[in-house]
Amino acid sequence: MSKSMMSKNRTSVSRRGFLRNAVKGSAAAAAAACTTVVAAPPEANALQRPPKPLPPDAVGLLYDSTLCIGCKACVTACKEVNHMPPDVGPAQQGWNAGGGDKPIYDSPVELSAKTLNVIKAYSHGTGATKDAAENGFAFIKRQCLHCADPSCVSVCPVSAMTKDAKTGIVNHDPSACIGCRYCVLSCPFGVPKYDYNDAFGEIKKCQLCKQQLAKNELPGCADVCPTGATLFGRSEDLLAEAKRRTALKVGEHAHFPRGDIAGKVGGPRDGHEKLVEVAYQTHIYGEKELGGTQCLAVSAVPFDKLNLPTNVPENGYPTLSEGIQHTLYAGMIAPATVFAGLAYLAHRNTKNHTDE
Amino acid sequence: MSSHAHEHQPLGGRVLTLPFLICAVLVAIAGVILFQRYTQGLGAASNLNDGYPWGIWVAIDVVIGSAFGCAGYVIALLCYILNRGEYHPLVRPAVLASLFGYGLAGLAVLVDLGRYWNFYHMMLPWYAQPNSVMLEVGLCVATYTLVLVVEFAPAFLERFGIEGLRAKLNKVLWVFIALGVLLPTMHQSSLGTMMVIVGHKLSPLWQSQMLPVFFLLTAILMGFAIVVWESVMASLNFRRPMETPVLSKLSGLMLAVASLFVVLRFVDLIVRGQIGQIFGGPQSGWFIAEMVLMIAGLALLIPKANRNRSRALFLAASLLLVAGILYRLNVYLIGFTPAVGPWHYFPSVKEIMVTVGVFALEIALYLLFVKKLPVMHAVHPEHG
Repeated sequence: MSKSMMSKNRTSVSRRGFLRNAVKGSAAAAAAACTTVVAAPPEANALQRPPKPLPPDAVGLLYDSTLCIGCKACVTACKEVNHMPPDVGPAQQGWNAGGGDKPIYDSPVELSAKTLNVIKAYSHGTGATKDAAENGFAFIKRQCLHCADPSCVSVCPVSAMTKDAKTGIVNHDPSACIGCRYCVLSCPFGVPKYDYNDAFGEIKKCQLCKQQLAKNELPGCADVCPTGATLFGRSEDLLAEAKRRTALKVGEHAHFPRGDIAGKVGGPRDGHEKLVEVAYQTHIYGEKELGGTQCLAVSAVPFDKLNLPTNVPENGYPTLSEGIQHTLYAGMIAPATVFAGLAYLAHRNTKNHTDE
Repeated sequence: MSSHAHEHQPLGGRVLTLPFLICAVLVAIAGVILFQRYTQGLGAASNLNDGYPWGIWVAIDVVIGSAFGCAGYVIALLCYILNRGEYHPLVRPAVLASLFGYGLAGLAVLVDLGRYWNFYHMMLPWYAQPNSVMLEVGLCVATYTLVLVVEFAPAFLERFGIEGLRAKLNKVLWVFIALGVLLPTMHQSSLGTMMVIVGHKLSPLWQSQMLPVFFLLTAILMGFAIVVWESVMASLNFRRPMETPVLSKLSGLMLAVASLFVVLRFVDLIVRGQIGQIFGGPQSGWFIAEMVLMIAGLALLIPKANRNRSRALFLAASLLLVAGILYRLNVYLIGFTPAVGPWHYFPSVKEIMVTVGVFALEIALYLLFVKKLPVMHAVHPEHG
C-alpha cells in the first residue's frame, strides 16, 4: 500500500518528504483496514466473499446419536468397502498380534490415515444412562461432513482436493497431491489425515463411498447400520428428517427409516417404529456450522460434549480468507500498478547512480 | 565502469575455520536424519501428527527463515526505490543473506512436503487452484528466489571477470529490483493470510483479518533487524570498522515499524473485543512475552544517542528480531489448538537437528561466499 502511495507522489516530493508520505500512507491504509474491522459485525464484513450454496444434488448422511448402539458395524464396513488396513492403537498392541505381525482386532479410537469413519463414545460420571449428559454416555460418528464451502478445497494449491459440482462430495486425488497437509491444518472438523509412518504417505478422508454410489449401492456405513442411526440421502431430505426428529416429544412413537431415506440407493428397506425415550437437542449439527455441511447429526447430548466444534461462525472460513485474497489481487490490478510504480522508480534511481 | 570491480571485495582468509567446520558437522547430522525421513516417512524424524500437521519445519524453517531473508527486500526498497544511496554498502550482503534465507526455506519445504515428488504440480497451470493462498505464496517465493539469484549475479560476474554480461545485466537490473520488492510484499503478507482460514483454531490473541498487515510489518522489521545484526557480527568477526552511521539511520526506521506494529496490535485487539484475552486467556503469557520483547527493543532506540552506539543497536536489533520470531511462532504453532483433540506437539530432537542443520548450512555458505566473492563493501585504506 505504501508503494502505490509512492508511485503517485513520485515526481513532486523530495526524498525525505517521500519517506514521510510513505509512512503516512501505510498508517492510513492500516487505519482503513482497522475501520473495516470496526464497521463490520463479526459475521459479515466488507472483505468476505458470499458463502457458497449447496450443490443441486447434494447427498450426505444423517447420524442420529440416540439410535446408535455403538456396534461399530459401520467402522468395519467402511474398512471393507474402502480397502483400508486395521488401525491398532499403542495401548492395544501388546495382546493384539495375530498370526505373524498382522493385528487381529481393528481398534481405532480416532480418524486416521487408516480409518475414514469411527464411532467415539462420551461418558460422564457413572455412565449408567444412555444419551444422558449427566452420569450417562452417548455415541458420536466421525467422518467427513462434506462442507458446502470446504476449507480443504479452498486451501489446496494443486486442486487435489475438489468438491463435485453435482453431488457435492469432497474428493481427494493423491496423484495430484504434494503432501503439504494444509487441508489437515485447515479443516475445522479435524477430518483429513496423513500417514506419517509411510515414506510415501497419502492424505485420507471419507469420500462418501463414491465408488459404491456409482453402482447405486449405499456407502458402507449406511448400508450396514442396523438401527438407521446412519441414514443416507439427499441433504435436503436429511435436513427435513433431522427437523422432524428434533421436534419429537418424549413418549411419542416414531418411524425411523434405514439405508437410503428415499429408498432408491441400495433398494427399498424396512424402517422401524420406536419409542422416543429421550429429548433431542434442538441443535442440528451441520445445518449452519461454517456455511453448512451435507452430513448432519442429531443427538440428545449437546455436541460440545461429543467433542465437536461448536460456537463456530455461520459462514465458512474461506469466505474471509478468499475474500482478503480476491480483494488484494482482484484482476491482478493492484500488483500490476505497484510493479509499474516500483519499476519506474528502480529504473530512474539505478540510472542516477551509474557510479554504483 | 572499471572502478566497480574494486567497490566490493572478497574478504579472503581461510575457509576451513572452526565455525565453518562446526556448521559442516551439523549439516552432516541433519543429512543422516533426512535419510531416515525419506526412507521411513515424516514420523521417523519428527513428532508431526494430524493435530499439528505443521511443526517447526514450517514455522521456523519457512515462515521465520523467510523473514530472515527479508534483508534484501528492505535494503533494495530503501536503496533503489526510495533512492537512499547511503544504504548501498549494505545491498550485497543483504541480498546474499536473502538468497540463502529463501533458498533454504525452499529446501525446507521439500523436507516437509509429504508427497515431495509432486512438488512441481505447483508450477503447472492445469493443477493450479487460484483460491489457494499457498499457491500464491509458493509461486511468489519460487519466483523471488530466482530474482535473488539475478540480483546477486553481478557479484559472480565481477569475480569471474565476465564484464560484458555484467554490463548487459546492469541495464535490465531495474526490472528485477522492482520484482524483488513487489514479490516479498505479496508473499510475506500472504504468509499471514494463510492462517486466517484456520479460524477458531488460532487463539483470538492472534486470529485477525489484520494478519497480512502484521506479517508484512514483521517481515520489514525483521529485515531491518537482520541487516543491523549481520552488519555488527561481520564487523566483529572479520575485524572491519563498524557501519554505525548508516545503521543508526536504519534504526530510526526500525523504531517506526516496531511502534506501528505494537499500536496496530493493540488497536486490533480492542476493535475485535479480545483485549481481555491478554489477562489470563489461554497462551496470554506468550502474547505478553512477544510484546515485552518488542517494546523493550523499540524503547532502546527512542534515545537518539543509542542509535549511534553499536552495542545498544545490536541489543535492540536482537530484541526486535526475537520479538518478530516469537510473533510468527505464536501464529503458526503456539497459539494454534487442533479442532478435535487432544493432540500434543513438541519437536523431536531429530526434528530440531534438521532445523539446526538448515540454518548451519545457511551460515556455512554465507561464510564461504563473503570470503570468496566480492560481497562486502571495500574498506578504505586508512581503516584497513
